Amino acid sequence: MTPQRTLATAGRVLSQVRHDPRTIVLLLVVPSLLIGLLAWIFSDTPVFATIGPGMIALFPFIVMFLVTSITTLRERRTGTLERLLSMPLGKGDLILGYTLAFGLLAVAQSAVAVGFAVWVCGLQISGSIWLLLAVAVADAVLGTTLGLLASAFARTEFQVVQFMPALVFPQILLGGIFLPRDQLPDALRAISDWLPLSHAIDALQAVATDTQDAAYIGGELLIIGAWIVGAVVLGSVTLRRRTP
Amino acid sequence: MVNSSSPAVNVTDLHVRRGKHPVLHGLSVSVPRGVVVGLLGPSGCGKTTLMRTIVGVQVVQSGTVTVLGHEAGSASLRHRVGYVTQDASVYDDLTVRQNLQYFRAVLGAPRRDVDRVLALTDLTSQAGQLVGSLSGGQRSRVSLAGALLGSPDLLVLDEPTVGLDPLLRVELWTLFHQLAAVGTSLLVSSHVMDEASRCDRLLLMRDGEILADDTPAGLLAATGAEDTEGAFLALIRRHPHPDGSLRDSSDGNPS
Repeated sequence: MTPQRTLATAGRVLSQVRHDPRTIVLLLVVPSLLIGLLAWIFSDTPVFATIGPGMIALFPFIVMFLVTSITTLRERRTGTLERLLSMPLGKGDLILGYTLAFGLLAVAQSAVAVGFAVWVCGLQISGSIWLLLAVAVADAVLGTTLGLLASAFARTEFQVVQFMPALVFPQILLGGIFLPRDQLPDALRAISDWLPLSHAIDALQAVATDTQDAAYIGGELLIIGAWIVGAVVLGSVTLRRRTP
Repeated sequence: MVNSSSPAVNVTDLHVRRGKHPVLHGLSVSVPRGVVVGLLGPSGCGKTTLMRTIVGVQVVQSGTVTVLGHEAGSASLRHRVGYVTQDASVYDDLTVRQNLQYFRAVLGAPRRDVDRVLALTDLTSQAGQLVGSLSGGQRSRVSLAGALLGSPDLLVLDEPTVGLDPLLRVELWTLFHQLAAVGTSLLVSSHVMDEASRCDRLLLMRDGEILADDTPAGLLAATGAEDTEGAFLALIRRHPHPDGSLRDSSDGNPS
């Protein structure tokens, strides 16, 4: 594994995306539109103030999961992965290259979503907007790495799309948006404590209401970071140079 | 440094199964250095599996495969073996040049190598086009160009001339011989028998086994046939299946 090969891979993935302007527009605009729709739905109620921060975590996470898992699956299916693995490319170069490229896109996407939520939809953020952005970006990178991992277990595009409801929806349902996590049944509460999206949503709500100190946010970021590292390592392990 | 007169590829008693289906059962073969070796046989006979094994991307059950003096698939070979898969393995949403620039960076080859392989494969005027907008023959040439980067010592080309017009095929075979003349070893598969006469040496394969390993002239002399296709049929008649059929057990048809 070398920095040159990792960066070349990230650059290559970004060039591929650059040749697809429609994807870029969808990537940057769709989360904001959905957040705007929510703000409109709940315009005369206090609900948006409560669930708005969680939504900032949700949409980049889902979109990044989908985009990454499909792109990497395509690489497996078109033979380019076989070619790369017969070349001196480290498995880590590939996974980290993808993480870097989509991580950069995630930064842009989260920045647009946060900006839209705060300045257009009037979401009240009492804490630091930079901390909010940091959590949102970590969350989108998490979506990227889980998408990379999911693509290893899918043989077809149909399968990989099914991983979205399988891996992502439970995290949304248990994450505290539908029902605050402390009101969940004990068993579900315990499960939700282990899921990364719960911590992302907790952290975003804490920043929005400014009820916790930076150390708490840092702790939540660490948990998300651990999931990111775990998914990258597992993704590298499941990548095999020799296939049956 | 390994003795340069040792074969480029040496395969001994190779067993490979893909899925539940045994593809290669005890295959032994060697590919000499610095010549163009044709691997011919009906589709489904195991050509691709043998090539994947040599490149080191195939899980094998048993047997030894030595490439340029090293175990197939070892890290030191990844700079030295160029591989072109049957379907062009290139990025459709990048330009020709961007594809090659990426593969060059992965290989660590010098920057000017991109222009060199573009010229070799006659793609210089298409360099700025998206690969997805090219014709099938052009796409497979981009794939080939990628394998030429870094001037590998061994080129493993799986049906590189499929879908190319006759003129381009002649040009590519000329290129293969130019590469062999400067010391590159080439293993080129084809299911088109009339390409056999362009090879320095032939491996005829059927149903996971090597039927013949000879020069084109030697093969014709040994079988008394007029062309390679006739030679292949003569060999099949000499080595019938246990059930007496001439046909390959797979979907392939030798004629």
